[in-house]
Amino acid sequence: MISLGLYNYWIVIALMMTGLYTMISRGNLVKKLVGLNIFQTAVFFLYISMGMVEDGAVPILTEGVTRYSNPLPHVLILTAIVVGVATTALGLALVVRIKEAYDTVDEDELHRLDNDF
Amino acid sequence: MPNHVILRVVAKVLIPVIVLFALYVQFHGELGPGGGFQAGVILASAFILHLLIFGQRETRKIVSLRLLRILGACGVLIYAGVGIASLLLGGKFLDYNVLAHDPVHGQHLGITLIEIGVALTVSSTMVALIYIFVERLRAAEE
Amino acid sequence: MEHLQVLIVLVPLLSAPLCALLPSGRWPWLLATLASWATLAMALVLLGRVESLGPLSYELGNWAAPWGIEYRLDYANAMVQLLLGVVAAVVMPFAYRSARQELDNDRQPGFYAALMLLLAGLLGITATGDAFNVFVFLEVSSLSTYTLIALGRDRRALTSSFRYLIMGTVGATFFLIGVGLLYSLTGTLNMADLAERLPAVASHRTVHTAVAFLVVGICLKLALFPLHLWLPNAYAYAPSAVSAMVAATSTKVMVYVLIRFLYTILGVDFSFGRLPLAQILMVLSVIGMLTASAVAISQPNAKRLLAYSSVAQVGYMVLGVSLVSALGLTAALLHMFNHALMKGALFMALGCVSFRLGGTDVAQMKGLGRSMPWTMAAFVAGGLSLIGVPLTVGFISKWYLVLAALEQGWWPLVVAILLSSLLAVIYVWRVVEVAYFQPSESRDIHREAPLALLLPTWILVLANVYFGIDTRLTVGVAEQAAAALLGAGR
Repeated sequence: MISLGLYNYWIVIALMMTGLYTMISRGNLVKKLVGLNIFQTAVFFLYISMGMVEDGAVPILTEGVTRYSNPLPHVLILTAIVVGVATTALGLALVVRIKEAYDTVDEDELHRLDNDF
Repeated sequence: MPNHVILRVVAKVLIPVIVLFALYVQFHGELGPGGGFQAGVILASAFILHLLIFGQRETRKIVSLRLLRILGACGVLIYAGVGIASLLLGGKFLDYNVLAHDPVHGQHLGITLIEIGVALTVSSTMVALIYIFVERLRAAEE
Repeated sequence: MEHLQVLIVLVPLLSAPLCALLPSGRWPWLLATLASWATLAMALVLLGRVESLGPLSYELGNWAAPWGIEYRLDYANAMVQLLLGVVAAVVMPFAYRSARQELDNDRQPGFYAALMLLLAGLLGITATGDAFNVFVFLEVSSLSTYTLIALGRDRRALTSSFRYLIMGTVGATFFLIGVGLLYSLTGTLNMADLAERLPAVASHRTVHTAVAFLVVGICLKLALFPLHLWLPNAYAYAPSAVSAMVAATSTKVMVYVLIRFLYTILGVDFSFGRLPLAQILMVLSVIGMLTASAVAISQPNAKRLLAYSSVAQVGYMVLGVSLVSALGLTAALLHMFNHALMKGALFMALGCVSFRLGGTDVAQMKGLGRSMPWTMAAFVAGGLSLIGVPLTVGFISKWYLVLAALEQGWWPLVVAILLSSLLAVIYVWRVVEVAYFQPSESRDIHREAPLALLLPTWILVLANVYFGIDTRLTVGVAEQAAAALLGAGR
C-alpha cells in the first residue's frame, strides 16, 4: 500500500477536494460558503499536522522535557482561522443582502435575474 | 424565550462562569495555552448566550452596538498604541523590552496589554456580528 | 527615520479605526486624506533612502531576522509603495464628493475605514519580507475590497462582491498552502532565508507542488487570463472611488508578489530553468491581452469595458515577467506604475461621468463631449495613454516591452502587443465616438463635474503626460529594481 503512515495528508486532500467540489457544484450561495469553510479547514489541518514532532511535548516550558512540538504552525493557523471567520462572516452578510435584493440565494436564479452570463 | 425557566436559570449560572473562564484564558495566556483571541471569543459567547436566552433587547441594554464599535476600534488602537509607545521609548515597533525598566517586565507588560487589545476587538466584533445578523432577521420578518 | 518602513503601513492601519470612531461628516474623509498624503510623503522618503543606503531591513519587535518578522525594502517594493501612495493621495480627495453622492451618510465612516484598511493591507504586502505576513496583509486588503465593492448602488455589486469573495479566498488559500509546503521543507518563512535554503531541496517534489499552488493562487488574485472572471463585474459595479482605487492598485501589488516569489524566493534558475513557468505565463498573458481586449470592445458599460482592458493590461505585465530578462522586468515594473496612473485617471473620469449621469453606460454618454468637456478630455487623454500613444506613459512601458521581446527575437510577441493596442484603439474610440460625435437625445444638459472631482482626475492625467516625457524617475527606478531582482536570483 502507499504509505498510510502519512495519513494526515490523505485526510487533508479528502477534505480539500470535498470543499472545492461543494463550492463548484452547489448553486446555493450558503452551501458555497460551507464548501469554502471545509476547504479552508483542510489547510488548517495541513499546517497543524506539520507542526507535529514525534514524541514531542506540548510546547510549554516544562521541567524534564527536551522535545517539543513546533508551535509556529499553530500560531500561524490561529491567524488564518481568524481570517477565515472574518471571510465567512462577510460572505454570510453578503448572502443576507443578496437575499434582500433578489429574494433568492440560488446562483442560476441570480444569473437569470441579471441577464448575466 | 421568556418562559423557559430552566434555560433562564442555567444561563444565569453559566454566564458568570464563562466570563470567569474567559478572564482565566486571557491572563493565563502569557504562561500557558490561551490568549486574546481565545479569551475574546469565549467572552463573546457569554453575551451570545445571553442574547439567545433573554433576547436582543435585553443584551443591548448591557452593551449597545455603538459601544461595541467603539470598543472594537479601541482594541486595535491599544495594540498599535503599544507599538507606538515602544517606538517613542527608543525601541523598534512592538519591541516590548523598552516598555519597562528591565526587558523581562517589559515583555510581560507588552504582551498583557496587546492581548487585552486583541480580546477587546475580537469579543466586540463577535457580539456586533450577531447583533447585526439578528437585526436583519427581524427586519426581514416584519 | 528607520521607523518609516513600519510607519508607512501603520499610519493607514491606525487611521482605519480612528475613521470608524469619528462621526459622519467630513472628519473621516479628512483623516483618510491626510493619512494618504502622509503615505505618499513617506513613500518618497523611503525611495530616497533606498537610493542612498541600498536595501533596508527592519526587524519588528527587535526579533532577529529569520525568527522574527522582517520588513525589507528594495527598489522593487519602494516603487510599488510609491505607486500606492500616489494613487491613494489622488483618489482620497476625489472620494469625498463622489462617496457623498453614492453612499448613505451613516456608511461614510466605515467606507473610509475600509479604504484605509485596503491601503494598509496593500502597503503591508509590499513592505514585508515574510511569506506568511504577505498572506495576512493580502486578506486584510481583500476583505476590505469585498466590503467596498458591495457598497455599490447597483444590486449586482452584491453578487459580484460575493463571487470575488469566493474566488479571492480560494486564491489566498492556495497561496497559504504553497507557503505552508515551503515552510514544511525549509522551516523558515523569511523570504531571504527561504531563498537561501530552497536550492538545497529544489529537486523535492514538494517544492514543485508548492510552486503550483503559489502561482495559481497569485494569478487568481492578479486576474491573469483565464482566472480573471471575478474582475469585470467587481470593477464595474463598485462605487466610483473604489473602482479607481482598486483598479489602480490591487492587481499591480499582486504582480509584485508574483515577481517577488518567482525571482527573489524561488530564483530565476529554478522557476524558469527547471520549471516551464515562463512559457506557461507567456502563453496565458498573450491570450489574455488579445481576448480581453476583444471582449472589451463589445461591452455596453464603460466601466466594464475598462475592467476588461485591465485584464488585458495585466497580460502586458505578466508578459514582461515571463520574458526573464532585465528589460522584460523593467517593462513589467514600469507598466505596473504607468498602468496605475492611466487606469486611475480613466476610472476617475468615469466617476465624474457617473456623478452627473448616475451611470456609465456608453449609450448614455451621447453628447458628453460638449456638455462635460473637461471630463471627456481627461477620458480621451487617459485613453490615448492606454493605447500607447507617444508622449504618454502608456507608450513608454509598451516601448520597453517591445524592446524586451525583440531582444530575444520574439517577433510574434511584438505582433500580439501591437494587435492588442489596435484593439485598445477600437474600444477607446467607441466611447469617444459616442461622446463627441453623437448628439445628445435628452433635453436636460448635463453640467460639468464639480472641481473637487475634476482636479484629482486631471492631476493623474497630467502625471500620465509628465511621466511620459520625463522618464528619468520611473525608468531609472524600474531598471535598478530589475537589476536587483535578477541579481538576487543568481
